[in-house]
Amino acid sequence: MIRILRQIFSTGIVTEDVLGQEESNIKVVGDRLEETVKKRFRGSLAIRQVDAGSCNGCELEINALNNPIYNCERYGIHFTASPRFADMLLVTGPVSRNMEIALRRTYDATPTPKLVVAVGDCGCNGGIFGETYASLGGIDKVIPVDAYISGCPPTPAALLNGILRAIEGK
Amino acid sequence: MSLLKDAIISALGEDVKFRENYQYPASVVFCTVPKAKFAEAAKAMKKAYALLAAEWVTEETPCFGIFACYRWGSEYLIVKTLTTTDDPTFPTLTKKYLPAYRFERQMNSLMGVVPEGHPDPRPWIKFEDWPQDAWPLRKSFDASSPMPRVEGEYRWARAEGEGVYEIPVGPVHTGIIEPGHFRFQAVGEQIINLEERLGYVHKGIEKRFESMRWEDGFRLAGRVSGDTTVAHGLAYCMALESMTGCIPPERALWLRALFLERERIANHLGDIGAICNDAAFAFMLYQLMRLKEGILRTNSELLGHRFIMDRIIPGGVAVDIDVKGKEKILSELKWLEKEFEKLVTIYDENPSLEDRVRDTGVLLPEKARELCAVGIVARASGMNLDCRIFNSFPPYNQYDRIELDVPVLITGDVHARTWVRIHEVRESIRIIRWLLDNLPDGNISGTIDPPSSEKAGFAAVEGWRGEIIYWLQSGPAGEINRCMVRDPSSINWLGLEQAIQGNIVPDFPLCNKSFNQSYSGHDL
Ligand code: SF4
Repeated sequence: MIRILRQIFSTGIVTEDVLGQEESNIKVVGDRLEETVKKRFRGSLAIRQVDAGSCNGCELEINALNNPIYNCERYGIHFTASPRFADMLLVTGPVSRNMEIALRRTYDATPTPKLVVAVGDCGCNGGIFGETYASLGGIDKVIPVDAYISGCPPTPAALLNGILRAIEGK
Repeated sequence: MSLLKDAIISALGEDVKFRENYQYPASVVFCTVPKAKFAEAAKAMKKAYALLAAEWVTEETPCFGIFACYRWGSEYLIVKTLTTTDDPTFPTLTKKYLPAYRFERQMNSLMGVVPEGHPDPRPWIKFEDWPQDAWPLRKSFDASSPMPRVEGEYRWARAEGEGVYEIPVGPVHTGIIEPGHFRFQAVGEQIINLEERLGYVHKGIEKRFESMRWEDGFRLAGRVSGDTTVAHGLAYCMALESMTGCIPPERALWLRALFLERERIANHLGDIGAICNDAAFAFMLYQLMRLKEGILRTNSELLGHRFIMDRIIPGGVAVDIDVKGKEKILSELKWLEKEFEKLVTIYDENPSLEDRVRDTGVLLPEKARELCAVGIVARASGMNLDCRIFNSFPPYNQYDRIELDVPVLITGDVHARTWVRIHEVRESIRIIRWLLDNLPDGNISGTIDPPSSEKAGFAAVEGWRGEIIYWLQSGPAGEINRCMVRDPSSINWLGLEQAIQGNIVPDFPLCNKSFNQSYSGHDL
């Protein structure tokens, strides 16, 4: 136990104010995120992530949002287990034919008003998998999409940025 | 001198024909047998203690080529047989080898060849709402247009009896993970059967390869399973290079090994954390995610991509490391090692964690062998296999200098799978140091010609999950006729079904995490 406590204290708070060098305006993004979440979602934005056929690369980066460095919870963003109490669906991958129905059902199970964000080059337009017998292409081929985050996969900073754009309605 | 070759000759005599100058590298034996002898060849391989590594089918009009790849130690042997389009049957290997069970269902679903005597004729990956005659891997299939949906029902395995109930899970799971469906039959808390149903993220990857140019295929290979982008890209490139006789410059080979080990470390750190988290010890998850993030950022800074995607290219690598980069990695390793060891001590000294991970989700060594398991799962269940040793490419083949130490445990439980990972992280740190200390000078890529017609190339690479196999084949015009991908998950998913029996339902996430197999790599 002592070791655990020592490790906790010696690690300290690693959450970064300025998230990475890649987008130095992320502090601004963070502040605006927090503000918008507070204003429009009463301080809590619940996201349901749906993998509609991704290669799992995008999932790794979405997972990274929860690591202590990006710590998206500080902005009031959290991932929920059920679409029933989600404000936003964060959908990755080209929609595979075998996931199409599950994606539609998840969409229908999410209460309105809801936001849908397509993640990754695949989510935006099918990416390298294109449109074939097994891949239907981008998410908007199946459900209406409000915002797009490109990248293969998009970095955690790009994800935060994209989520902000979606909730600001731009 | 090849033991497997001798074994098949002594069993089949004149019936087995060896074909030279067709498949490369030449060290992988390639032979053909008459259809009637296909199962007999499997019997001979089984007797020689070989494991089944893969089974697949190609279309070579007017025939189908049925292939089985066996492995014993460092030897690979591929047996091919032909079956005609009019009578697309072949003898099943399921009686000898368990993994053939799913391989053959998949071959049947996607190419329409029929394994005779297979105990389970249900389709696999092909869902019940696909048209019956949709066989996407056939050349005549129009892959560019969507398929209509038809009526159909999947027949689940059922358990009956007093108090038996069923829990369906998925395809959309609670966490941020890939989709798949699991169905448990349980009595009280205890699981008596788990049936997996995969295929949800089938994106038609193997078919997609066939419409690509050789020089672009590595990008698709790098997206078969995003967490294993380095190893998949590498396996594709190696198979292609062996077909064309291209030998990348030495520096490139060493950098490839560096990328491979960095990918291994990053994924293992995430996995160890996630396993602890599923045993309700979130502290470890956040600590290890912090370390993992460090590695990913260095990747991005030095190599231009957090997961090192698309940095291994046919003929070499796309990015070099300079002196500054080298120093950066070395100092990072120092930090990583120190932090990691502190956490390992905490893992090791925590009795409540130990209580959850020990004797949970046991895959017995004999079961693992029967399933022909690979990678971490195999090494945690007493099987000593690792392509870095047994099918090595430079620099791993400098045994006496690199002294690769592969951990093998025999308990087969969640703890063993975690501990194998812990040991592998340590080992990868050591390998990276050695690689950087001895990195040869020179170019980082060479030229590569497209392969000539009617050739095949094979490669096996030890990704962080385990052995990845690529088998490429060029057609009459030198185009990609077939690209067979075998992720370790294609085999190891079967292991989870076995390991979970007798465990309690709440331990399923923990067991599943300790396997952490790929959905995308399996579904293709
Ligand atoms: S965008 Fe890239 S990382 Fe994301 S699912 Fe597609 S291929 Fe994978």
